Amino acid sequence: MAEYKVIGKSMRKKDAMQLLLGKPVFTDDIVPQDALVVKVLRSPHANAMIEKIDTSKAMLVPGIAAVYTYEDSSQERFTMAGQTYPEPSPRDRLLLDRHLRFVGDAVAIVAGETEKAVDRAMKLIKVEYEVLEPLLDFRKAKDNPILVHPEDSWNAPCPVGADNKRNLCASDSGGEGDVEAVMAECDQIIEHTYHVKACQQAMMETFRTYTEIDRYGRLHVVSSTQIVFHCRRIIANALGIPKSKIHVEKPRIGGGFGAKQTVVAEVYPAFVTWKTGRAAKMIYTRQECQIAASPRHAMDVTVRLGAMNDGTIRALDVYTLSNTGAYGEHGPTTVGLSGHKSIPLYTGGLEAFRFSYDVVYTNVQSSGAYRGYGATQGIFAVESAVNELAARLQMDPTVLREKNIVREGMVMPAYYHEVANACALDQCIAKCKEIFDWDAKYPVRDMGNGKVRAAGMALSMQGSSISGVDVGSATIKLGDEGFYNLIIGAADMGTGCDTILAMIAAETLDCSPDDIVVFGADTDASPYDSGSYASSTTYLTGKATEKACMELREKMCAIAANILECDASELEFRGDGVYKLGSDEFVSRSDIATASMANNCIPAQATVSHSSPVSPPPFMVGMAEIELDKETGSVQVLNFSSVVDCGIPIAENLARIQAEGGIVQGIGMALSEDVTYTPDGQVIENSFMQYKIPTRLDIGTLHVEFAHSHEPTGPYGAKSIGEVVINTSAPALAHAIFRATGVWHRCLPITPEKILMEKNDD
Amino acid sequence: MEIKVTLNGKKMVASVEPDTLLIDFVRHHGCLSVKRGCETANCGLCTVLMDGVPVLSCSVLAARANGHSIQTLEGLQEEANEFIGFIADQGAEQCGFCNPGYVMNTIALLRENPDPTDDEIKAYLAGNLCRCSGYEGQLRGIRNYLNWKKEAHNG
Repeated sequence: MAEYKVIGKSMRKKDAMQLLLGKPVFTDDIVPQDALVVKVLRSPHANAMIEKIDTSKAMLVPGIAAVYTYEDSSQERFTMAGQTYPEPSPRDRLLLDRHLRFVGDAVAIVAGETEKAVDRAMKLIKVEYEVLEPLLDFRKAKDNPILVHPEDSWNAPCPVGADNKRNLCASDSGGEGDVEAVMAECDQIIEHTYHVKACQQAMMETFRTYTEIDRYGRLHVVSSTQIVFHCRRIIANALGIPKSKIHVEKPRIGGGFGAKQTVVAEVYPAFVTWKTGRAAKMIYTRQECQIAASPRHAMDVTVRLGAMNDGTIRALDVYTLSNTGAYGEHGPTTVGLSGHKSIPLYTGGLEAFRFSYDVVYTNVQSSGAYRGYGATQGIFAVESAVNELAARLQMDPTVLREKNIVREGMVMPAYYHEVANACALDQCIAKCKEIFDWDAKYPVRDMGNGKVRAAGMALSMQGSSISGVDVGSATIKLGDEGFYNLIIGAADMGTGCDTILAMIAAETLDCSPDDIVVFGADTDASPYDSGSYASSTTYLTGKATEKACMELREKMCAIAANILECDASELEFRGDGVYKLGSDEFVSRSDIATASMANNCIPAQATVSHSSPVSPPPFMVGMAEIELDKETGSVQVLNFSSVVDCGIPIAENLARIQAEGGIVQGIGMALSEDVTYTPDGQVIENSFMQYKIPTRLDIGTLHVEFAHSHEPTGPYGAKSIGEVVINTSAPALAHAIFRATGVWHRCLPITPEKILMEKNDD
Repeated sequence: MEIKVTLNGKKMVASVEPDTLLIDFVRHHGCLSVKRGCETANCGLCTVLMDGVPVLSCSVLAARANGHSIQTLEGLQEEANEFIGFIADQGAEQCGFCNPGYVMNTIALLRENPDPTDDEIKAYLAGNLCRCSGYEGQLRGIRNYLNWKKEAHNG
């Protein structure tokens, strides 16, 4: 690894002390307290038509400013998914629709001067519903006579295999080699279906948005969003107004994990402000976050794995049935990752693979983007199947992996034929075995007190940005006394990207990260950036930052050349200023800044946009040790060790904290975060009382290390880390629970009840 | 109704509705560090000190604060500043939304038990959820602070 001054060091986040001191930096802290309170009246039915809606009494409540129903809404359908043009998700939403498609769907928007007035008005809205039979079982959705989207105005602008007359949001099939012929030659076939629930991101700050009309008469939106630019487009589509009329900015964000890659709350206050001219805000309740948000897509992933008795994995056949819920946000895209980011892990000896999927509409809350984005579901399935193969062959699962994994330099046919230019997965396995003490912990140990200890493992991969699609941009600008402004459109949602990008800038400009001031994200001020999702910010916006800084160095040399009255080719940039080669002449950064502000025609700033034709996968190994109580079925995580190959970690402490956070979210998904419905389609886990995210007592001891590789297309060799780290927890824990009990649990979460009733693990 | 409260050391008389929650009262009076993460007293984000004892302000009526002293992070900046740098060094503040509640509860812990074990730290802070899951880094930060304090005293 090259010697860097800044890259690879640990760094305090630029906003750390403000956050830890509780300063007012979040949406609801910085907006006027007298904004109209906006709430949404939600459907009590999973499938219903509004027959009649009477808002007259609600309007009479003192302090009520507006009540809107479907009659006030634009009839142009749109999608709330924050994705790059051309939008792959079907346009299947209206701001307010007569047809209600899940329990929690929007019936009316109410705006008033106080929360009390709004609550009262909501109770006074009289709605008569024609209640229709709901379609709740996603396994029966395809070609079901109940249609979630029967309307003719539904449309899918991209060819994703969608058909609303079949309840299909997307479908496709692809592969290479003759899967059936290779399977026929295999000694062992493992075939099972694995189920992951529609888990909630459960970020601590719920969805929230403030809107006002600004001094130019435009709609000014302050929102907790990962995607300011997509947000601008989607609000314009929802309201049917020009994009030029909207200005979106984000303050600090209290967590996103993908939830805020969908426009969930923004459209409602935006509509109120646009109609009334008055400032408005919407703060989602935790209950709304649980029932009308943007959770993970529930998926059934069926894996058929063909292998030889010596452990060689020769064929993989994956079919995914994904439940997008009532609307198609991220439906056509999440599903792809369930195959594209699981099968390539076994590129080693793979001769044939097939990956097919259907994404179906049902009458439950719409799904969206959640860290891992489909890869999580696919990896739970494929990694579990590989662990099942290891058990059947009585092979150590790490040895089985070493036999089959993708290695550096290999072409990955199941990953768009990309080459694994940076892959330290083999080193990850070796190092993780060592730090976890695999050989000692893998054997099942009866503790003699009714408890048994066991271990399990799993691999993971993800991508770094969406290849050929995502755009990352950075503007770097020299200011008085020689400091720099770094202006970005990516969104730091706690991930630390403001700091990480400043480190990349500091390395490139050979200065201290303290010399870099970061601003973002704002659609009027930032250069265009797709936003912070798809593990793209470090890799893509980071590369844009590096390139912009290189351009600025040249411009600073050009300005210095004017001062020194020489040619720029005689000059060298060295961080503190520009030096004339072969002489002691020197212009300081500060003097260049000053010179740039008088009688100067060379901009002391540079903007670069960057996109990548490839999406280099980061890799990870996770190993879990549990103690299982045979009498109660309870599982205590004792240790979770992992080694991550994210190329080069730009800030090692921030990379480690990302990994630890992902592992813990994965532990929640594996063991406690359940999503169940009443027979009429209501989500039962609608608060933190029932929806159990891990506490600090539930996670054991975490140990994260890194194995370095060098990605040639990334900034300073970096790939991504944000998402890959959530994927190993569930398969590793399911594996450990099998080791302890002899039962494979193929449906998450694996609760004590399920462990005790071991034969009913569906 | 009228209540008399000492908010961050400042005596005040305020008019509140009988059903006003303490969290809304303190936020209305400029204590914006106090955050709401759930409505069911499960997350710990809204922790404030009432007469020095941590309480969940989402589950206390403002009227119950009558005659009591309430402290939020706005009033304890100096005490917090003593240890939060160690958490920042880990990057364990992450998104920051849970920080005020967790920092308040850590202040209460360290006042009660200046030299806690790791298990005691975890148990005391168990009710402070962090979805970024900076738990391990927060523990490392507090541990580093305690070690630093011991060294400073011994050295």
